[in-house]
Amino acid sequence: MSVESTVKTTTVTIAEAARDALAEEMRRDPTVWALGEDLAAGGIFGTYKGLLDEFGPQRIVSTPISESMIMNVGFGAAIAGTRPVIEMRILDFALCAWDELINQIAKARFMFGGQTSVPLVVRLPQGIGRGFQAAQHSQSLEAWLVHTPGLVVLAPATAADEKGLLKAAIRSDDPVVMLDPKSLFAASGEVPAGDYTTPIGEARIARQGNDLTLVTWSSLLPAVLDASEQAAEAGISVEVIDLRSLWPWDRACVLTSAARTKRALIAHEAVLVGGFGAEIAATITEETGVPVARIGAPRIPVGYAPILENTYRVTADKIFEAIRKATGSR
Amino acid sequence: MTRIREFERHARIGYDGGEIPGVVHLSIGQEAVAAGVCANLEREDFVASTHRGHGHCIAKGAKVTAMMAELFGKTTGTNKGKGGSMHIADFSVGMLGANGVVGGGIGIAVGAAQASRLLGKNSISVCFFGDGAVNRGPFLEGLNWAAVFTLPVLFVCEDNAFSAFTRASSTTAGKGASARAEAIGVETRAVDGNDVFAVYDAARELLGRVRAGQGPAFLYAPTYRLDGHTVFDKAPYRTSEELERKREHDPIAELESYLHRSGVAQESIEEIHLEAREEMVRAMEAARRAPLPTEADAFSDVQNIGAPA
Repeated sequence: MSVESTVKTTTVTIAEAARDALAEEMRRDPTVWALGEDLAAGGIFGTYKGLLDEFGPQRIVSTPISESMIMNVGFGAAIAGTRPVIEMRILDFALCAWDELINQIAKARFMFGGQTSVPLVVRLPQGIGRGFQAAQHSQSLEAWLVHTPGLVVLAPATAADEKGLLKAAIRSDDPVVMLDPKSLFAASGEVPAGDYTTPIGEARIARQGNDLTLVTWSSLLPAVLDASEQAAEAGISVEVIDLRSLWPWDRACVLTSAARTKRALIAHEAVLVGGFGAEIAATITEETGVPVARIGAPRIPVGYAPILENTYRVTADKIFEAIRKATGSR
Repeated sequence: MTRIREFERHARIGYDGGEIPGVVHLSIGQEAVAAGVCANLEREDFVASTHRGHGHCIAKGAKVTAMMAELFGKTTGTNKGKGGSMHIADFSVGMLGANGVVGGGIGIAVGAAQASRLLGKNSISVCFFGDGAVNRGPFLEGLNWAAVFTLPVLFVCEDNAFSAFTRASSTTAGKGASARAEAIGVETRAVDGNDVFAVYDAARELLGRVRAGQGPAFLYAPTYRLDGHTVFDKAPYRTSEELERKREHDPIAELESYLHRSGVAQESIEEIHLEAREEMVRAMEAARRAPLPTEADAFSDVQNIGAPA
């Protein structure tokens, strides 16, 4: 949704926006509850701060470190009449619960012939985060999730979208995977006052431009905007699309923009090879014939030492170079 | 028990005759566990099952006509032909599904119990799993979780002696499933899984505790899989002598001899078998007549938002 300047707003961090979204939905619907490690302590990113006091231990459930059970208990509770929010702490730990997510949750509605819906949200903070956490705490694996039929996949990058998409996710009858932008939890942004949801499947034009369509999502948005500013100074006008929803993704928005600017670039923090950018690039090529470039991480694990991590990182400077190359301005 | 036996006998006929396209895991010889446990359940209670789940489904009240149609892959099946034997579910009777993953049902049962508590309902959960599942993580995680949160769950380990093609005893260390459950502090009973009265009594006692809010319980019920792992497994890993010995303790034969001793006429017993057989013949005839799914059905029931085009 576009936030009109006339709408009253407040400024909050993404972590606070996430907490407020959950609190509002829990007040609205008594079947909404959350489970995961350390939730009584507010969660490791503060996204559950204060919720135990308001909602009690039956609805803010601090669990054992049992990822596969957290996931499957959430699934069982979803098909037995509640709307669980399943907190995985970080995406990397959810790999211990991949069977439950991919084999059970994603397939249940189809496999059971539509007898049940699976109204749950799986929260997977992903990406490098605050840095120097090495290979098992830094991954971006959205491509695996978008590849899995049955799942809705969201990747917000702003406080307003974190709140609006999380609320939409909780109200959805489909299982929704929410890829919280780990590195941006402390970033502040304007959030509309009052109750609202962000429509799933609608992208947001984060910056208007004419020379290149640059599609991105989640943690990489600030670097993309930074690079686009550098490009503007170099005389290149970049249109930045913050995709927000990865499945479904806003084909109309992307294709319309690409057809107009005649060039497209996709930037994501995840490994380039087999990344979701490839799907978007192929679609743009098939539908518009516009030349497309991609930038993502090399196919290497995230290393610990700063130079190793930076080698993996898609930085503003690297994106700027990709913009120059894609627009023939090198 | 006879309905379960006849359902599965007819499922094998359907498979052998080429009418059932996919894999079927039979629980022939294990019927007393499903029947003895589920006889204690109410309609609103939940059951999560395994890949060998026909017995649990029937004992919980699932309709055999729809189950058979599901095996045939027909639209009148419990799952509209989208799941087959390994995923049969009937949510209208609290049957939350067979499961294609060993141990996959454990968390589902625990979660349903947690939902019941949150919603203020009296429903409890029963989770059936085999000897193989006790060597998977969800066994530890699920029992620990249910105990930590004092949830109303009865865990039933139906030990049919084989983890697929391998003897469970050769892959399970220590003192086995019951000792593991006890170590977690879960109330445990072990009974002869081929004695339906023993299963019924033990489940009744444990479910009394579960329903009274005393937390989860564990029932260990050793039995014996008289058929192969799947319909195409001829079970060459055991001797015919062993099989014959085990057949003497067929739970249905044991029940029949009890009924004889109790003065029930042979013809009354035969009547029960005949009724079950006729019911399954009718279920097969209905399944044969039922429509197949269309290609369009492959695209429905996937998801509302971002549905496949």
